[in-house]
Amino acid sequence: MATMSFREALNAALDEEMARDPKVFLMGEEVGQYQGAYKVSQGLLEKYGEDRVVDTPITELSFAGVGVGAAMLGLRPVIEMMTFNFAILALDQIINNAAKMRLMSGGQYTVPIVFRGPNGPAHMLGAQHSQATENWFCNVPGLKVVAPSTPNDGKGLLKAAIRDDDPVIFLEAELMYNMKGEVSDAADYVLPLGKCHVKREGTDVTIISFSKGIHHALGAAEELAKVGVSAEVVDLRTLRPLDMEGIARSVKKTNRVVTVEEGWPYGGIGAEIAYRIQHDLFDYLDAPVTRVTGLDVPMPYAENLEELVLPTPRDVILAVNSVLYRS
Amino acid sequence: MSETQQSQLLCDAAATDAFGRERLRDAFQKMVGIRRFEERAAREYASGKISGFCHLYIGQEAVATGSLAALEAKDHVITAYRDHAHALLRGCTPRDTMAELFGKVTGNARGRGGSMHMFAAEQGFHGGHGIVGAHIPLATGFGWASRYEKRGDVTLCFFGDGALNQGAFYESLNLASLWNLPVIYIVENNRYAMGTGLERASAVVDLYKKAEGFGMPGVAVDGMDVAKMWEVTSEAVERARNDMRPTFIEARCYRYRGHSMSDPQKYRTKEEVEDYKQVDPILLAERTLHERGWATEEETEAWDEAAREAAADAADFADSSPQPRLADVGEYVYQTPFTWHPAEGTTPHKRD
Repeated sequence: MATMSFREALNAALDEEMARDPKVFLMGEEVGQYQGAYKVSQGLLEKYGEDRVVDTPITELSFAGVGVGAAMLGLRPVIEMMTFNFAILALDQIINNAAKMRLMSGGQYTVPIVFRGPNGPAHMLGAQHSQATENWFCNVPGLKVVAPSTPNDGKGLLKAAIRDDDPVIFLEAELMYNMKGEVSDAADYVLPLGKCHVKREGTDVTIISFSKGIHHALGAAEELAKVGVSAEVVDLRTLRPLDMEGIARSVKKTNRVVTVEEGWPYGGIGAEIAYRIQHDLFDYLDAPVTRVTGLDVPMPYAENLEELVLPTPRDVILAVNSVLYRS
Repeated sequence: MSETQQSQLLCDAAATDAFGRERLRDAFQKMVGIRRFEERAAREYASGKISGFCHLYIGQEAVATGSLAALEAKDHVITAYRDHAHALLRGCTPRDTMAELFGKVTGNARGRGGSMHMFAAEQGFHGGHGIVGAHIPLATGFGWASRYEKRGDVTLCFFGDGALNQGAFYESLNLASLWNLPVIYIVENNRYAMGTGLERASAVVDLYKKAEGFGMPGVAVDGMDVAKMWEVTSEAVERARNDMRPTFIEARCYRYRGHSMSDPQKYRTKEEVEDYKQVDPILLAERTLHERGWATEEETEAWDEAAREAAADAADFADSSPQPRLADVGEYVYQTPFTWHPAEGTTPHKRD
């Protein structure tokens, strides 16, 4: 194990996969000469050259499509979106081409592509640069969606995403790039996609989250422990496909569920999980599933409003109290 | 009829010389094969065997037939939703193409694609795409892959004049020129984007001129002339294969049928359509074959009859083929699905 920041762990994953497989290349805005807008690709241009670390013009729609086309012919592109806010310009390529090519062709293509980059609310960037995009992608059959919460998970899941034969949306929380943690340096360290992970064991309530939301959940669990509430924190890691087996294991143990996400509530990840739990696990529930989300507004710039909009560990604690009928 | 008018009813003489007897005979058979196939498809549509959107290529056959004749087997072809001809020319059979139209499991996309999404990946035919202009970046990606792996193959990317007003077109041609990609972009300018005439949609109607903005060669060609299409595309293919430079070709053509099967065609006159039928691509090729003594009337009639029979055989095959199995509704969504199932989280009575 080595101590690394989230960005260094992602960099290591890219480096290892590019070294392992010559079909893997990285393409996006400022990934090469500028060394990455968030420095995730630092040093890769020098190591792998311009053919494999490719600077693009500001043209998200077309370089996303170039990646899909290259993947259709057997390459394994990693397309960096400088932020997922800009991936909205490429949604047609991601949804209509990457996700659907396999089905539309009756299975003639695999599209082994990764779209990755920073996602989610950041600090005082305003409405267009600060939003959670995961539930849009999660709506689309044909895509896989991954959102790691720690440097170690980031490395193992990014390597898995690059090796996966289906299109993967890999969401990196913008405010986590500097977060440090112990990261495996095992020769072939890869985490499974489609499996959730218990980040903290507990018996009284299950808090389900992903990405940066996990840290709100862990913060809340820490505080709750001080007052004798044992919270289990389940990290989804992969948002689509959803690991209902893993979720069920925890729910059957605690019988109470809170979901935590930074995105908007309408049609969000929490809504989906709540539906599935009430349908599949109704008899195990001792309280309605409760969710913590961002407020239902485009992100305002002012610091106090932004704070109000975003979920906090305190919001999680209040939600846990409600499902435990504590006051 | 003057001598000039007479010569206009033949394929271009110099291009025909270069194209040669065998290729013109072959092109004629392919074009008449496509025409009769689509006429049959229109009949099957009218009788309710085919549904959804169905965009016919009738009138434009020379564009795909001539340009694809310039390719090698390792090259790539991609087009928009008016794709039956490209499919038939590049790896799909009349049977699997008609079966796809019928939504049968024997279709070239196993009934998952339909009229707009035909594929023959192994033969380098990559669809069949329904969002106007959105496949142009894919073609650019094929060019990227070709350069990346030094494959030496080239890509022909077809789209309609309507696609030229999409951002995907501008972004892609810029990248292809910037990165030296071996892609030939061919606009099939049939003068109408659905019901909107070119002059109502594009500030510049000489479309080939747009190439200048990308620093790549742009050329306009008579898209009704199969020999000319081959000649112009061959030059572009050579430039792509040898010099890794893209080309933009404007093929001026015409469709006789509506945009799709449900088009009342009030945006143009019957006279206009009849005028274009005078320079019908199949007629031009046929007259050129006869005039040069490269095929007899008996031969061209026999080829026409064979095309009708192939279309009828395709329709019989499609009609008697099975639909996809309901149990396979989740096929071809993921290569590695993990725990996913198409019914999960859905209406409970539909779940296993």
